[in-house]
Amino acid sequence: MNRLRGKAALLSIISMGLGQIYNRQFIKGILFLLIEAFGIYYFINNLGRALWGMTSLGDTPRLLVKGKWIDGDHSIFIMIQSLITLLFLLIFIVVYVMNVRDAYHTAIKRENGQVPNSFAKSVKYVMDYKFAQAFLTLPALGILFFTIMPILFMIMLAFTNYSAPNHIPPAKLVDWVGFQTFKDLVSLKTWSHTFFGVLTWTIIWAVLSTATTYLGGLLVALLINQQGIKFKGMWRTILVIPYAIPQLISLLVMRNMFNGQFGPINQYLGYFGLGGLPWLTDPFWAKVTVILVNMWVGIPVSMILIMGVLTTIPKDMYEAAEVDGASAYQKFRIVTLPMILFSTAPTLIMQFAGNINNFNMIFLLTNGNPVVGDYQYAGATDLLVTWLYKLTLDQNKYNMASAVGIIIFLIIAIFSIYNYRRTKSFKEEDMIQ
Amino acid sequence: MSGRQGRKAVRLTVSYIILIIMAIGSIYPALWVILGSFRPGKSLYSKTLLPEAFTLDHYRELFTSSSILFGQWYMNTLKIAVCSMIIGVFLTLLTSYAVSRFRFKWRKTALSTVLILGMFPGFMSMIAIYLLLKEWHLLDTHLALIIVYAAGAPLGGTFIAKGFLDTIPRTLDEAAKIDGASNWTIFSRIILPLSRPMLTYMALTQFVGPWVDYIFARLVLRTKENWTLAVGLFDMVSTNQNTNFTTFAAGAVLIAVPITILFIFLQRLLVDGLTSGASKG
Repeated sequence: MNRLRGKAALLSIISMGLGQIYNRQFIKGILFLLIEAFGIYYFINNLGRALWGMTSLGDTPRLLVKGKWIDGDHSIFIMIQSLITLLFLLIFIVVYVMNVRDAYHTAIKRENGQVPNSFAKSVKYVMDYKFAQAFLTLPALGILFFTIMPILFMIMLAFTNYSAPNHIPPAKLVDWVGFQTFKDLVSLKTWSHTFFGVLTWTIIWAVLSTATTYLGGLLVALLINQQGIKFKGMWRTILVIPYAIPQLISLLVMRNMFNGQFGPINQYLGYFGLGGLPWLTDPFWAKVTVILVNMWVGIPVSMILIMGVLTTIPKDMYEAAEVDGASAYQKFRIVTLPMILFSTAPTLIMQFAGNINNFNMIFLLTNGNPVVGDYQYAGATDLLVTWLYKLTLDQNKYNMASAVGIIIFLIIAIFSIYNYRRTKSFKEEDMIQ
Repeated sequence: MSGRQGRKAVRLTVSYIILIIMAIGSIYPALWVILGSFRPGKSLYSKTLLPEAFTLDHYRELFTSSSILFGQWYMNTLKIAVCSMIIGVFLTLLTSYAVSRFRFKWRKTALSTVLILGMFPGFMSMIAIYLLLKEWHLLDTHLALIIVYAAGAPLGGTFIAKGFLDTIPRTLDEAAKIDGASNWTIFSRIILPLSRPMLTYMALTQFVGPWVDYIFARLVLRTKENWTLAVGLFDMVSTNQNTNFTTFAAGAVLIAVPITILFIFLQRLLVDGLTSGASKG
């Protein structure tokens, strides 16, 4: 009897679908056969080239033949084509394994004397018991091609010498160089100076911007929530406006308002007899400006969040505190503050991580400027992300940018994984049944 | 007793003063740009906040000028926003429903993966996506933007949506299952109607994306007729910021006003959306 499952699995290994047909599941078998045919056709055409491309990244440079340039291999196109082919190969292998397992398990059922499912029954089975996996296929494919593939590509770039001016296709080839880029980043004086300078400011910025918006939001929420304040809804709606205006617009407007020559802010300072400040052009004041503007944008978010938490604090906690004779300040310190901190701690950490990557704020407001002389293509307010942008799109130093990108990713990933693992929604997600 | 009331009055007065100052600070930039868009002339500088004369010329220029195809960009953006919203919300719902309601192998791994992938700096993937689109001959098409925005939606939204779906009691599903409902019926008849606040929140964030994305859209859309509003507006600023401020202001108002109104109108739902992910923290 064991021979049934062996045979079905073997047939499916030889070619997808044969095992299913052997099990008398004809429609399923034919579907698998079609996938196999398509796969073989695709891989015969592409797989060899992909393997060659992945290892060599192309080996014919652009040549001058009889006064004409003949295009050689374009390393980067070869790299991405190879990567796509390999991803398809991965999907194909997964389907292949599924096909073998399916044939094997159906054969076991047959050995036990059950009739194999008809096609309609198989579909019903999937909808009833494998619903989640079937549901997830579509988003998973999207994520595979538009997120995972680009990330793999980027990680690979960090290990090549793809960089202006000497290694930009199609004129020149690109080669694998191992960890050279990372070594350059920390050991070459010009690069390491910029890198550590920008990294320091990124961390200062993330701490200051998170702290100011959080404390500001807390203050505003408590102000509005005080006993005796009228029109609470109105105040909230007005103060939430900065959050509602798209950042693209509000930041570009802010850039104009802080304009040192013509902007209204310096104009008003002038009315009070104060000299204008170099808001966007002086390294120190530019940093102050981005923090201030970030408060304007960020306080409403914290405010909404904290007001939401305030409504969830049970009234009897305050009553109990009152019975014990607590003053207003004591009630705040013993009841309100711990409750708020407890429920907003995960959001706080995520905001911190988000601020490390706060591209919009810097790019739209100052574009990283003012320029610092001894930095490699970076300015005084540049964060790692905006520096990355400049390295990529303005300077074409792709390998260096990828290395920086990987480092940013590591920093942020550590924060968010730590954060996520300790939240309740991860540990006790089955609490609500 | 009167001393206590006096203290309370002082406290309230101080609070009102702070609130009023903050309210002015919140509204002022918006007011400044709206009034700026009605000001004659082109300059950024103005002696007073209220312009001496009002004009609609800048708005007219947006729609009649040969270099600013505002109407066309508006339609492009609307099309991309609506399509990517529908597909993106659908994909996010699928993902979050599956991870919230079903227990299967690799589930926690999948969740952590989605979380980590969301952390990657976007620009680096932009170059690869650009090359991928080139490979599939999708450059300079709106379809490319729709696909990319929609495919990115589950990464950003799954966690918040999952947090919300987790709060819908599972006994509801089980009761329906006993009555013979299939998974699909449960999803469409029970989960969907109950998650309306969540849906609104996701739809809104997804809808707003294309209106404000200037980086990726600029990379993909090469011809001016295909641009979205954000690309056009950003181009206006980066090319002639100081010389044509008032036209920029008019454009900014036309983009910001509908979105801002939408946000304030749906404020309640937004608060629910923001906090539903957090409150379980």
